This record gives sequence, C-alpha cells and structure tokens, in this order.
Amino acid sequence: MADEIVRQYVDSASTTGNVTMSVWRGDAGGGGFVEYELEAKEGEVVLDVIHRMQATQAPDLACRWNCKAGKCGSCSAEINGKPALMCMTRMETLPTGEPITVAPLKTFPIIRDLVTDVSYNYEVAKRIPSFNPRPKTNDELKAGGYRMAQIDVERSQEFRKCIECFLCQDVCHVIRDHEENKTTFAGPRFFARSAELEMHPLDVTDRRAILREEQGLGMCNITKCCTEVCPEHIKITDNAIIPLKERVVDASYDPVAWLGRKILRRTKASATEARATSLVSGPPAVQPDTAVRGIPTAVAE
Amino acid sequence: MPEYETHDFDVIVIGAGGAGLRAAIEANAKGLRTALVCKSLLGKAHTVMAEGGVAAALGNVYPEDNWEVHFRDTMRGGKMLNNWRMAQLHAQEAPDRVRELEEWGALFDRTKDGLILQRDFGGHRYARLAHVGDRTGLEMIRTLQQKAVADGVEVFMEVKVLRLLRDADGVVSGAVGYWRPSGEFVAFTAKSVVLATGGIGRSWMYTTNSWESTGDGVAMALWAGADAIEMECVQFHPTGMVWPMSVRGLLVTEAVRGDGGVLRNSDGKRFMFDYIPEMFAAETADSEAEGDRWYDDHANNRRPPELLPRDEVARSINSEVKAGRGSPHGGVFLDIASRLSAEDIRRRLPSMYHQFKELAGVDITAEAMEVGPTCHYANGGVRVDADSTATTAPGLFAAGELAGGLHGSNRLGGNSLSDLIVFGRRAGIGAAEFAEGRTGRVTVDEGEVASAISAALAPFERDGGENPYEVHHDLQTTMQDLVGIIRTGSELEEAMGKIEALEERAANVSASGGHQYNPGWNLATDLPSMLTVSRCVAQGALNRKESRGGHTRQDFPRPDPEMGSVNFVQGIPTSTTDTSGAGGTPSVRSITITPVPLPVMPDELMALMELKEAY
Repeated sequence: MADEIVRQYVDSASTTGNVTMSVWRGDAGGGGFVEYELEAKEGEVVLDVIHRMQATQAPDLACRWNCKAGKCGSCSAEINGKPALMCMTRMETLPTGEPITVAPLKTFPIIRDLVTDVSYNYEVAKRIPSFNPRPKTNDELKAGGYRMAQIDVERSQEFRKCIECFLCQDVCHVIRDHEENKTTFAGPRFFARSAELEMHPLDVTDRRAILREEQGLGMCNITKCCTEVCPEHIKITDNAIIPLKERVVDASYDPVAWLGRKILRRTKASATEARATSLVSGPPAVQPDTAVRGIPTAVAE
Repeated sequence: MPEYETHDFDVIVIGAGGAGLRAAIEANAKGLRTALVCKSLLGKAHTVMAEGGVAAALGNVYPEDNWEVHFRDTMRGGKMLNNWRMAQLHAQEAPDRVRELEEWGALFDRTKDGLILQRDFGGHRYARLAHVGDRTGLEMIRTLQQKAVADGVEVFMEVKVLRLLRDADGVVSGAVGYWRPSGEFVAFTAKSVVLATGGIGRSWMYTTNSWESTGDGVAMALWAGADAIEMECVQFHPTGMVWPMSVRGLLVTEAVRGDGGVLRNSDGKRFMFDYIPEMFAAETADSEAEGDRWYDDHANNRRPPELLPRDEVARSINSEVKAGRGSPHGGVFLDIASRLSAEDIRRRLPSMYHQFKELAGVDITAEAMEVGPTCHYANGGVRVDADSTATTAPGLFAAGELAGGLHGSNRLGGNSLSDLIVFGRRAGIGAAEFAEGRTGRVTVDEGEVASAISAALAPFERDGGENPYEVHHDLQTTMQDLVGIIRTGSELEEAMGKIEALEERAANVSASGGHQYNPGWNLATDLPSMLTVSRCVAQGALNRKESRGGHTRQDFPRPDPEMGSVNFVQGIPTSTTDTSGAGGTPSVRSITITPVPLPVMPDELMALMELKEAY
C-alpha cells in the first residue's frame, strides 16, 4: 500500500530538537503564560505544535482553527508579540533558543486561552449597507448576466480576498488601545468591505456619509499597521482606506464636486437610502457581553 | 441535569457552509422564522477551501455547452451510479444559481465580453467552471454569508449539535447541542430541520478536510432513522501536498491541471498517457502534442489525460508511486512552471503560489510541486428525494456534501459548489413547505434531550479514561491503512473489527478541565459521529465487490454491471433501543446494509448518454 511509503516519510520527518512554547492560559477572570516543552519537527507551523500540545499535554487548551491552510482566518494569535495566523507561521522562521510566546488577540475580550470574543466584528458587518446592484440592461437580460470588464472587477476582488482573520482589527491602535472607540469605529476590515462595495462596478449605494459620520473613517491616521499584518497581502491602507478618505472629502468639502453633483445626474443612492437598506443603523458597533451568542439580534442602540 | 436554553423556530439549518447558508436564505425569504446553527464562526466553514470553481453550463466560453452535456459528464464521471434526477436538476439549475450569486455581489473573473469566465476541469467536456482565481469557495461563502446577514437570518455560531430530536410520532422536530464558548447546552425546536454539515474526511490521516468534517450530519441522520447511500465512495483528490509532513494532504487545486499543469514521474515522463481507461479513450488525447493543442482548440483536439476524472488520476498516481517512480517524498511531480509564465501563474493561481511559497518554501513558478492523493470528499451520504431533498426521516432535509446521490461513485471537480447552491436552495424550499404544512405545537421528547446532555457530559465524570486524541489518532490510522484509496476484503474485515474496538474505547474516554471551549471534550463528542461514518464506509466498501469510481477493490479490480445497478443503502432500524455506542448513541454494530436497485433513468435522458460528440 502506498500508505506504507507515506509512513516511511512520517518517520523520517526529522525532529529538530526541543522547543519551549509559552502559551497564554486563562479566561475572562485572568490568566498568564504557561510554558510547555516539546519536540520540534521539520517544516512545522505554530498550529502543528499547538495541536501536539493538545494531544499530549494540554487537551483543554482552547484555540480556534479550521482549514490549516491560510484560507479561513480562524487561528489568529499574537506570536512573539506579532499578530499572525498560527497555520501560516513556520516554526523555523522564529528565533531559536528562547521560548516562543503565543497569546490571544489583545483587542477582543478573552473567552479562554487563545480564543477571543470576536463578535464586535460581526456586529460591525451588520451595519454596512448591503450590496445594491443596478438593474440589468436589455443586453444583459439577453446575455443572462451582468457585463463587467475584468479590469473593473479587480479592484474589488482585492478586498474580497479577505479571510476575516481580524488581524487588521486586532492591530489597529484606534480600537486596540481605546476600547471606547469600538462604538464609533468600524475598523480596517470593514473599511475594506465598504471600499469593495464603493468600487463594485454594479453597486449604486453611496456609503460616504455613513463612513464619515458613523464608522469613524476619519479616526484612521494611516499608520498602515493593518496592511502589514494582512495574511492575504491586501493593501488595506493604500487601496481601501486612502481612496475612501478621498471620496469622503470630495463628498463633504469639495465645492467643485458639490456643484458637479448638483448639475450632473446622480448615479449613487443617497446616504439616507443607504441607511434604509442596512440591517442595523446607529453607532457602528457595540462590544457585547463576553458570552458569545452568535450574532446577537437585539442590540442596545 | 444541567439547565439548558431553548429556542423555537420554523426551520433550523444545521451547518453554515454553502448549502446551509443557501438553504437558510431560501427558508427565510419564504417568511419562515429560520435559524442557522454552525460549529465554527460564520464564514469559516469548509466551503472557503474550495478553490477551482463552480460548474455551470453558462455557455459563456463555449456556447455549445448546455445542461444536457453537463448532465452527461456528471453521470459518466460518477460511473452511472448517480441519482439521475439529481444530476438532471443540478445541470439544469446551476447556471441560474451562479448568476444569482452575481446578483448578490459575487465578483467572478470575466470573459473578454464581460461575462462570467469559465475554466477547464477534469471530466467536463467544455470550460465550465465559473471562478475567482483559485479562491472560488471563499467568494461563494462570503457572498452567501453577506446575503444571509443582510436578510436577517438568525445565526447561532460555535454550537456543536449532538443529536436530532423527534416528536412522539417520530417526526424530526429539533436538535440539542452545546455552545462551544461556554459549554452550556441549548435545545432547538423546529417544524423542520435541514442538515448541511458537510464531509467526513477527519476520519483519515491525510485529508484536505478541516477538524469540522466529522460526519456529524450523516451520523445524526442515521440515528434519527434516515438512510445513507454509497458511503464507500470516498473521493481521494489526486493532488494534495505531500511535503512537509505538517501540510501533507492539503489541497492543490485541479485548476493547476485545468490551466495547463501536467503530471510527471521521477523519470520526467507524463505517465497519465499510460493510464487512459477504455471508457474515456475515445475522447482523450494519445499524444502530448495533441493534449497540448487542446488547451487552445477544443474542437479539433482531444483533452489531455491529466484531465481525466479524479478517481482515474488518483489511482494512476498511486500506481506510479508504488512502482518506485515517485517523487522524493512519496508523490509525483505537478509541473506548471514550464507551462505558464510566472506572471500568469501568480494571476491565475495566487493561493497555490502563496501556499507553496509560505508552507513548503517552493516557488511554483520555477519548480514542480510534489503531490499525491488525499482524502477529499464523501461522494455518498444521506439518501434524499431529488426534488425536495427530503430524507427518509420525516421532517428532515439534507443538502450539500452530506447528501448522497448526485455524484454517484465519483464527483467531478466543480460540481460540489454547484451542488451546494442548487440543492441548498431546494432544501430551503423543501423544509419551508414541510414547516408550512405542519400543524400543532412542535414538541420534543425531553428525555431525549436529557440523555444527550448526560451522555455528552459523561467524559468529565469518568476518571482515568482514555485520552480522546489517542482514540481519534488510532481511528485515522485504521481508516488510512485499511479503508484508503485501494481496498481489499481482508483489510476491510479487519477495519470493521477495529472500528468496533475503537467504539468501545470511545465510550470510555475522559475529559479534563472545564466545559468552556475545551477541545479535548469537544473531540470526545465528535467521536461518535466519526465512528458511525467510518463504519458506514468500511461496511459499504466490504459489500461493494467491484471497483467503480471512488471505490477500488484490489480483489475485485473491475466494474461489475450487477453491482453497478444497485445503491447500498445503510440505516439503523428506528425500532432500535441500543445506546451502547460512543456517547450513548446506537452502536456501529446496529448499522444495516441493503442493496436497492438504482432509480431507472427515463429513455430521453438515457439517449443523451449515447450522444457521439466529436471531442
């Protein structure tokens, strides 16, 4: 059987000595770093080592993961202080001879160990006015689908690569260091989402006023921390946030643009119309209780 | 007994991948109170890992493509074991479902005319897969997730469902589970239930599947009196990563071959030319030159053998490795570097480029990838009515990977994503209609809730029991070694016995720590479903004494027309009172298997099978 051949390679995967992992253990009531020593094996990522710890030393060590291929964005953590996906961080890229620290995302409340309550993000998501396409043209009705040029879809496609790992939200100092901003700030992930819709060739909703008035776009001072940690290499600051800021400024303060809008045919829906289509209105986000209850339906306004 | 919260809905959908989301959107749109219950965070389900595309005969690249050709390709790929009606509905409705995704915001890659671009894949006669680079699944789940959230579907995230609940008449009426973040229990009552929990791959050592693919849906359906079919037909994807060990099994999309990638052995030979089966000989190129010309001119050339259906390619790779012509780490070489420019590779296969670069240190624009077969997909699953997706248990509907029938013995690439949206929608309609027709207050047996909860908590009360991780590891070894890509009767008999022994061990595992987000305990509660589906696969494989599609028997190497005329239907008698299995479920020993003749295909569809088109 081919599996015997496979087994041969399992055995030959050389161990590369021991490694000390310093993992944050605890819950909402508090906790601290606990050290575990175990074998390191060739080619492993941090998540492999965490899994081996669970199987052999700490079966109740809490951590989220799903695909283990950098596609689902579940296993976000702070590895040696740097926000990253555990499944895409190879052990051999980390310094040897010292413990490797693995801590939960700091910006979100602790549930247990490496698992945090990320429901803030799901709350913000509900407040982004949803996709609102223009009607199909006669030609498109005949062809069966919308017509869009590849070059036009590529701008939004960049943002749709987002795997919602929330590392950009975690590293953004506007909410990382200021809990109170969570009620007035959507965060880089959702600026990218708004940019995606703003630049979507079919969407007709104007989200600029909402971005300025309710989602705190102006609070971002473009330090590019979000772009740096993005595992999908999305240029969040350059390609999403800065263009949005420009659009918002044009919409709010540019007299020529104002005049242009008065004279020319309006193609985007108004902010009021946009608000009407969003599921939830009001402040962009609230930090719910630590107990995760899916997407809470009742939200304190 | 611990307290538990209760929620009442018209329809609950268990599983929030493509099929579950699509079902919930549909039931919700019909005005029914709909809940979506999922084991992970919303948007993380296994659908995100689908890469190459969604198959639909849109005809945007080849106008001569239509549902009849797609239907025929699907039936032939499944070696005619498919449920013809499901294959027909799937081929007919997929184009509308794909266009609907676009209306909900999905941004597929475009043709020069601005329509949805389609790419070639194994077993599909025409370029048929709508795609977004090689991250089509992510695009699909995000589109559906955003639509469901915008429509106000209520979502219960990170809830592990343990069992389905029935009323006094045996009608499925809800489910019981626990919140993973808190460990607290929750029960749902509903007029109908949709299962969309996905696959079973976690029972094997090397798999493309995530931890979630534990077969919960198939197992819960069996426990609730539904049937499963063709569980032996497990798809081993031909191209998984083989090195480093840490990522062994990780998916390498078929789009690599669809876009021109070729397979070579250690001698540098394109070995697939040696493995062209009779059934596909007339439509497969017999020289490298012809195969290469096909990419630009489908009309005058035949397709290269690298694009045979997945079962054929996986078996061929297996044979090359066994013959000693494998790559250094026990796979073969998949070469795209010498076929496309570096820029094209990065543009068309961005995820593959990053995956190899970051996890294996391999630059696929310059070097060949090492790949080998990996456990990928359950072709079989819960037996459903094609039109309504109703299972044989009243009140219970099933869609997506956990449903059987559409793919027969082997699924074509790209047909899984279209399966999700076609039958996800139909499940939403089926469940909504059942719910609307159901009168009276829905009640469940509180004793069933209590017994599920106490069985789930038992590992905490058992001192000195075994570590669930060890039982899981041994199950994976058993399935990998004895119920893998090539099977024999004696090994399957051995697997049957081992699964029974593992069931006894699983019934005696211990969990330490608290109830809150405790993976060891969570695994203990996943073991009953993993054991149940593993037993189904082994039992089905033992009974299907032939080789067909995803099921290959070394001792019966050829297809047998008699075997090919039946489904193997598995079930647990509803009269059973057995709770001796793991987690208080019926023992794997109580699973029965019966050959049932395939539904007969109408003549007008059978006629399509004999179309002699020029390839």
